[in-house]
Amino acid sequence: MNIFVIMKRTFDTEEKIVINDGVIDEEGAEFIINPYDEYAIEEAIVLRDEHGGEVTVVTVGDEEAEKELRTALAMGADKAALIDVEDIEEEIDHYSISKALTSYLKDQEYDIILGGNVAVDDGAGQVAPRVAEGLGINQVTTITNLEIDGQTAKIERDVEGDVEQIETTLPVLVTCQQGLNEPRYPSLPGIMKAKKKPLDTIDLDDLDLEEEDVKAKTKTLDRFLPPEKQAGKVLEGEVDDQVNELVSLLKNEAKVI
Amino acid sequence: MAKKVLVLGEVKDGDLRNVSFEVIAAGKQIADGGEVVGALFGENLKSHAEKMIHYGADRVVTAEKPELSQYTTDAYTQALLQVCDLESPESIIIGHTSSGKDLAPRAAAKLDAGLVSDAVDVVMENGKAVFTRPIYSGKAFEKKAIEEGIVFATVRPNNIAPLDENSSRSGDISSINVDIKDLRTTIKDVVKKTSGGVDLSEAKIIVAGGRGVKSAEGFKPLEELAEVLGAAVGASRGACDAEYCDYSLQIGQTGKVVTPDLYIAAGISGAIQHLAGMSNSKVIVAINKDPDAPIFEVADYGIIGDLFDVIPKLTEEFKKVTT
Repeated sequence: MNIFVIMKRTFDTEEKIVINDGVIDEEGAEFIINPYDEYAIEEAIVLRDEHGGEVTVVTVGDEEAEKELRTALAMGADKAALIDVEDIEEEIDHYSISKALTSYLKDQEYDIILGGNVAVDDGAGQVAPRVAEGLGINQVTTITNLEIDGQTAKIERDVEGDVEQIETTLPVLVTCQQGLNEPRYPSLPGIMKAKKKPLDTIDLDDLDLEEEDVKAKTKTLDRFLPPEKQAGKVLEGEVDDQVNELVSLLKNEAKVI
Repeated sequence: MAKKVLVLGEVKDGDLRNVSFEVIAAGKQIADGGEVVGALFGENLKSHAEKMIHYGADRVVTAEKPELSQYTTDAYTQALLQVCDLESPESIIIGHTSSGKDLAPRAAAKLDAGLVSDAVDVVMENGKAVFTRPIYSGKAFEKKAIEEGIVFATVRPNNIAPLDENSSRSGDISSINVDIKDLRTTIKDVVKKTSGGVDLSEAKIIVAGGRGVKSAEGFKPLEELAEVLGAAVGASRGACDAEYCDYSLQIGQTGKVVTPDLYIAAGISGAIQHLAGMSNSKVIVAINKDPDAPIFEVADYGIIGDLFDVIPKLTEEFKKVTT
């Protein structure tokens, strides 16, 4: 089975965000594999171990992302590809990234493509469905269970808390939701092996794309931090008094009930 | 310049969701005096279509087919694209719901369009729609505009205030025949897990538990409080990791991002990754034994105490107030 994972390198979720002149300050920040993409990598490895084949992890970014690709290889992926867009000076968006990924994937043979259902930095969740449309294949988003039998995929997906049980056929693109699996940590032998696994760097030329083809459709005008929340009122007294006061405050001051 | 805006209403389990009115309000902003056209897919849509008109849609286009009674990517993408073909809107607004998240990027790709996802606000600046959207799960925000082509966006439920209902408003409701074919997925079953049907992303009130709840059983008092308040139950990553509850309840940077009117955090310490998912709630109440818990730094009202003492009393007190 040919398995592809689309991955993004993101800020660690424990990082505080600092913005200078509308630009996110990345100085000293820890980067990780987007946590939802870790579920995708884990699921891909499990599928390969069960059905045979190969797992390729692909990302769009600059050479910094090689670190996260190596981590994916250390977890157990077989190959990695970096679509390097460092030379593009203009802002790129989901349209640009999915164009590049689609161009890369359309020349590959794939049975299933996995990704995270959203990236924890940008939070849009656009790229995977855009890629599925670009490739003309089916998609199932926010999956929490996956079983493949021949050309049939039995999938459970999270729909705002309820579980939808779906049947579809390969090839398919799925996006992974929490609860799908427990991503493994890279083992020491895994880390050693990862150093020798193939990691290809590809640029737009290799994909027969011009910068114009991946020109962003959207533009970021500003970034800012929300007003800092002031610590509120800690209620005093016995539990009964606290509860009475709270209910009265919610009703009369905050007016939310 | 006046624009024609297509807004997609959403029917779930036979009910028209609130987000259907919120997309109309967003659509009105962008239309800038132009027409807001509602679209509805499913079955038995007439009364829902009227409701959309009462809430400000100028007219509504419906596509009624058994294949559209439940959301599937293929059926809804086909229906939306056919409506777009017919109406040629200059802008499309969809709710950032489970189905909207699945549909909008796919349709945007097909239309070769840009898309702003998960907007919490939209204003017109020099004739251009400027959207505000959270990034890093609400740790920061960005303003985004579409540079060329269709102005396409999804809006987060609960953030854009609907217009006032006016039941004397009238408008044209037309039914169109869409061609739905080659469906690649079959929904075998839907297992309902949400408590009392209150969904986290649209809930006005959320009662959430953390590690302090101590067990699956410990969620009981929270569920009772939620029932009295008509609230949804949520949880922190700690509670989910400890298997006190299902991951579908998780609120945080991994998990759901919520913005209810009232968020009651019980036994949640307030890790950065949890705060990212809920700190933009309008009013936050924290109940925790540890006075140094970071949750108190974002709470409007705090009670330092044992949730198992406080919550049942709170439930009793709310019962008096809400009846």
